[in-house]
Amino acid sequence: MLELPLSDFRKMAVEEFDTTKLLAHASRQAEERSYKNFPIIDVDSHHYELESFHEILEYMEDPVLQQLAMSASQATSKGNGVMPGGVGYQDMGGRVTRYPLRKIEKAEGGKHRDITLTKRWMDAMGIDLAVMFPSPMLQLGLHPQVEVEVALSRAYNRWLVERVLSHEPRIRSMLYLPFNDPEASYKMVQEFGTAKGVNGFMVTSARHRPVHHNAYMKTYALLEEMNLPLAFHAGYNWNDQAMGMMNKFISVHAIGFVFFNMVHITNWLMNGMPERFPKLKVLWIESGLAWLPFMMQRLDNEYMMRSSEAPMLKRLPSEYMRDMFYSSQPMEMTDMGALETTFRMIKADTQLLYSSDYPHWDFDLPSTIYDLPFLSEEAKRNILGGNAMRVFNLTLPA
Amino acid sequence: MPEIHVAKIAQFPDGERRIVRAGDTEIGVFHWQGRYYAYENLCVHQGGPACEGVIMHKVEDVIAADKTWSGQKFSKDEIHFVCPWHGYEYDLKTGECAADRKLKLKSFEVVKRGEDVYVVAG
Ligand code: FES
Repeated sequence: MLELPLSDFRKMAVEEFDTTKLLAHASRQAEERSYKNFPIIDVDSHHYELESFHEILEYMEDPVLQQLAMSASQATSKGNGVMPGGVGYQDMGGRVTRYPLRKIEKAEGGKHRDITLTKRWMDAMGIDLAVMFPSPMLQLGLHPQVEVEVALSRAYNRWLVERVLSHEPRIRSMLYLPFNDPEASYKMVQEFGTAKGVNGFMVTSARHRPVHHNAYMKTYALLEEMNLPLAFHAGYNWNDQAMGMMNKFISVHAIGFVFFNMVHITNWLMNGMPERFPKLKVLWIESGLAWLPFMMQRLDNEYMMRSSEAPMLKRLPSEYMRDMFYSSQPMEMTDMGALETTFRMIKADTQLLYSSDYPHWDFDLPSTIYDLPFLSEEAKRNILGGNAMRVFNLTLPA
Repeated sequence: MPEIHVAKIAQFPDGERRIVRAGDTEIGVFHWQGRYYAYENLCVHQGGPACEGVIMHKVEDVIAADKTWSGQKFSKDEIHFVCPWHGYEYDLKTGECAADRKLKLKSFEVVKRGEDVYVVAG
């Protein structure tokens, strides 16, 4: 039993929590729309890796850091003191009930809890295959100690491959690149690039390293050679000076989740990365879609006047952007006309990949794509699964 | 109009809610400060179970006479229920979406008969 604190000193007593029940309406949508007739691939979903923090630390190789992290997490049970981040109110004071209630959810079945719980929501939504990412570790690029980012991410990647990905073909991941250490990032691709369930690599965007630095070129070249996509997963940093001027989580989330990706995509384009790595597939995750028309117009307009500063480019920035891939969530759906224009501008039929972001607070169901009035059935199916199958060279597990 | 039994009055305390079914339709029935309210349990956002989340008073900013912000409080009278999927808030007394009152949940009539509460589905 759990008591949720409410307004007015009231409390709400909750006996049990079951994701299948919470998502019963999603299952109904899946049935009504016959999702079973075509593949649905979710390219951005999450688990809460700190719930398995002690397991992950078993995979940590530096014995001193391992002991330090074990001790810190024993004191606080949540990795505090080891993980950066901190302030944030994703659960909106418990209004998004799955955050506080998660801990009373039962996960029987003998498999790892993360596998059981992930398949539970996938089944409810009608999702065949999900690419899974961590949650608090999205802030790890802000860790002041580069060696801790490397050690923790390596332990996490090893744990994820051995304990989760090897045991469940419907769960995949793009593994964490410890981007603040270019050499360690390169080694990570070498070591895990062909591991089971690894569909590419991911840079957590909240960090302060320019993506065009020469030190990264060999990693991009290796990814391109191995035909592994590179993703930039958005995240916010309330400790940034600019973000620190905002006093509400809504503000920091709205701006913070696009800010770093705006910086990275601008560097990526102005330094001619698409010309240097024409076959490297680049995927921008969890910034929604509204930032894309803004970036296209802004960069094209400036490029026309200042092309001497981006001499590698042979086409307009927006044309390169139409070769990149984007995950859909959190899709801004308050102005259908604007959304339709956005779909046209990014060539959504081939470049957009459905993502749920479940179980995070602003998740999107497949119906957010399937119910769009301006898409053909073929376009819907491409965005919900076909495009991802192409990008990741996937075949569905039987 | 079919009437669906919700609960015995004695077993439905003030401040609580019940979810009942009328065919394919789920209806959330709220008992709040002596009155009953009923809405379709289907969120206008992505179709979540709008009536099943927490019941919270509206949050208000406290702005002083000189227009300065002096804190926040919970409203004394405006009460919301919150869709648990993503947090859309609904005015419990009207079924309107608090963030955009043009959006509204379908409402149903609630009747008391003898010892029992019923919702009129249809
Ligand atoms: S479905 Fe209700 S808030 Fe999204």
